Amino acid sequence: MGITVTGWRSAALAVCVAAMAAAACAKPFVPPSDAVVLERLPEKGDPALAQLKRMRAALRSNPRELDLAVPVARRALEAARTLGDPRFLGEAQAALAPWWTGNDVPASAWLLRATLKQTQHDFAGSLADLDALLAAHPTLAQARLTRATVLNVVGRYADARRDCAALAGRVAAIVVIGCQAVPASLSGDAAAAYAALTQTLAYAGGDSGVREWALTLAAEIAARRGDFAAAERHFRAALALDPRDAYLKGAYADFLLDRNRPAEVLPLLRDDTRNDILLLRLALAEQRLPEQRRAFAEHREDLAARFDAARRRGDSMHRREEARFRLALENDPKGALALARANWAVQREPADLRILLEAARACGDADAQKVAGDWIAAHRLEDAVIVAQQERPR
Amino acid sequence: MIRLLALLASAFLLAPAYAHKASDAYLTIERDGRTLHGQWDIALRDLDNALGLDVDGDGDIVWGEVRAREADIAAYALPRLQVSSGGERCTLAPTRWLVDRHTDGAYAVMQFDGACAQAGPTLALDYRLFEGLDPQHRGLLNFVENGQSRSVVFSADAPHRIVGGDSGGAFAQFATYLNEGVWHIWTGFDHILFLLSLLLPAVLVRDTRGWRSAQSFRSAFVDVAKVVTAFTLAHSITLTLAALSIVVLPSRLVEAGIALSVVLAALNNLFPVVADGRWLAAFGFGLLHGFGFAGALHDLGLPAGSLALSLAGFNLGVEAGQLAIVMLFLPLAFVLRSTWAYRRMVFAGGSTAIAMVAAVWFVERAFDVGVFSALAAR
Repeated sequence: MGITVTGWRSAALAVCVAAMAAAACAKPFVPPSDAVVLERLPEKGDPALAQLKRMRAALRSNPRELDLAVPVARRALEAARTLGDPRFLGEAQAALAPWWTGNDVPASAWLLRATLKQTQHDFAGSLADLDALLAAHPTLAQARLTRATVLNVVGRYADARRDCAALAGRVAAIVVIGCQAVPASLSGDAAAAYAALTQTLAYAGGDSGVREWALTLAAEIAARRGDFAAAERHFRAALALDPRDAYLKGAYADFLLDRNRPAEVLPLLRDDTRNDILLLRLALAEQRLPEQRRAFAEHREDLAARFDAARRRGDSMHRREEARFRLALENDPKGALALARANWAVQREPADLRILLEAARACGDADAQKVAGDWIAAHRLEDAVIVAQQERPR
Repeated sequence: MIRLLALLASAFLLAPAYAHKASDAYLTIERDGRTLHGQWDIALRDLDNALGLDVDGDGDIVWGEVRAREADIAAYALPRLQVSSGGERCTLAPTRWLVDRHTDGAYAVMQFDGACAQAGPTLALDYRLFEGLDPQHRGLLNFVENGQSRSVVFSADAPHRIVGGDSGGAFAQFATYLNEGVWHIWTGFDHILFLLSLLLPAVLVRDTRGWRSAQSFRSAFVDVAKVVTAFTLAHSITLTLAALSIVVLPSRLVEAGIALSVVLAALNNLFPVVADGRWLAAFGFGLLHGFGFAGALHDLGLPAGSLALSLAGFNLGVEAGQLAIVMLFLPLAFVLRSTWAYRRMVFAGGSTAIAMVAAVWFVERAFDVGVFSALAAR
């Protein structure tokens, strides 16, 4: 029904251009007809999201019903992850509202609350919830796995390894080994972790979601170790299992950018421009391709507007991405370093370390370089790109 | 023609890639005295979530679907934005509906006008759009006054904000709050009646045979000075503590307590319990009155940028207004102190009337009932 978004927009712009009143075009307007399509809702053509919407409607008339709220929160969280759409995080939190505070909370809602806090980068809050939840329910495997994940993000590898070890015998072997592989590979045991992971991957069939997760881990570890052929193989195998996973796509795009294969990023991310993280990778690829100059300029402007919009609402969730944007696309190393430092205070994954180091080197900031160098030495980090960068003389 | 086509083609390419973004609404409020002009951009996707705009369920929201629900959108959104000036709600009414595009898609644009009964120095805003539906929603306000603009972010954790009052320089601001302070004591009858109840006996002296006239103006003056100083000191302390949110009391308790203090002060004139120590009562109850002043100041709002200055201005205004009352009262009462009219009508009759009025206030405030309004409605 109606005219499509781009179609009518260009028509409206044509009116503006014809009237030579470009300034007026940025202002609010009255659409020319009732049939003009203004917005395409996310559930259009997505039966799972349409179902989520119906479940939310049912929950709204009975908001304290745990059996309605938990599936809504879980599905909304999943949608936020796959689509990279933070509005679903707000919906998940709304579903959990009756259980959002206090410690007298059913385990299922409590775990979702902790997971949601993690996605909102409230790592301290997430860990506090998980500590209390595991104290009350020590056998809750998913809570332990989630805690290990959060501990990895904040760089507490020894604690993460302990949680993963405690999972042995409670969940599938591939989950235990995947859980172990992250902290082990980031604290000096990359070779052993990778060997164990590939070995289980070779044998185990199992759940395709778990396999995709393990393959992504294997690809990232292989890339960090400098085994690029193996990384490529794992990334492709993972993408074959779930070509829509936004995290996986971002990781593969980063790999392609590092391997200086920007042209391959374009088909991978062309349809993901709504996701800021993926749009940034797309723009980074376009920057290196002269024939993409026009798309690059456009996407760079879009990203600037989005980071600006995030700053206006007081969001600090994408500081890592914004630091990369400032350093690589805006040629603003000082701004990048400020963001990278603020981000490092909260989040300590290899990507956080890398942007800190890159921005510090671009600024010639010895202090930030020392912070990064000390971390690498203390944890015996094995990351080909980071270590090469650290050793490269300026 | 070819050039136009080329422009069209470029326009097509320049259509932005929409972002996935958390929910924000963009609010602009421009204030000119008691008049407000505003614009509120609310994402269609969020409105659909709250109100179900996509009536035909095809997953597309068309302009016709928005237009058909303008009244519903206004009825949903406007009660979730409370704008108050001088403690009274301003009325908001939509004037025009448009559409705009932000980084994440299309927004309904509601332009509105507002009217406030009083032009206070600040505007108090309470923003609760999509409360319960999306705790991550933010309201991004751009407040414009005197050509200056200021940004404020509303969230589920911070739905209440005060804007304005920080333009026009330090002196103008101090003067504004001084004026508000004076005005508040002059129109705050409970404070005046409390003060008068304590001052009425100042021109008299009580001995074993009852009340007699004070010998000298000096002794009456000293008595008044003691009472006024104690009252001032006490309410300044609690006004400051409450305005800075160091001590917070429920307003119903404070208001009822103030009414009770007036009753007791007036009854003390008729059935004396405390004679020489009235300054002590002034101090003790003054603490309560300070919380009452703070409530009034809260309604006006304190600009975050110059809290101390505005607080000092308001407090000095209260003192100045109070002093003016005393200066009017004391000479008059001193001259009339020996007359039958003063003894019987002003002192005894006045105290009785004050006690009765204040007793009604007490009932109204403590039990949240409208005695006066119920009588007036008959």
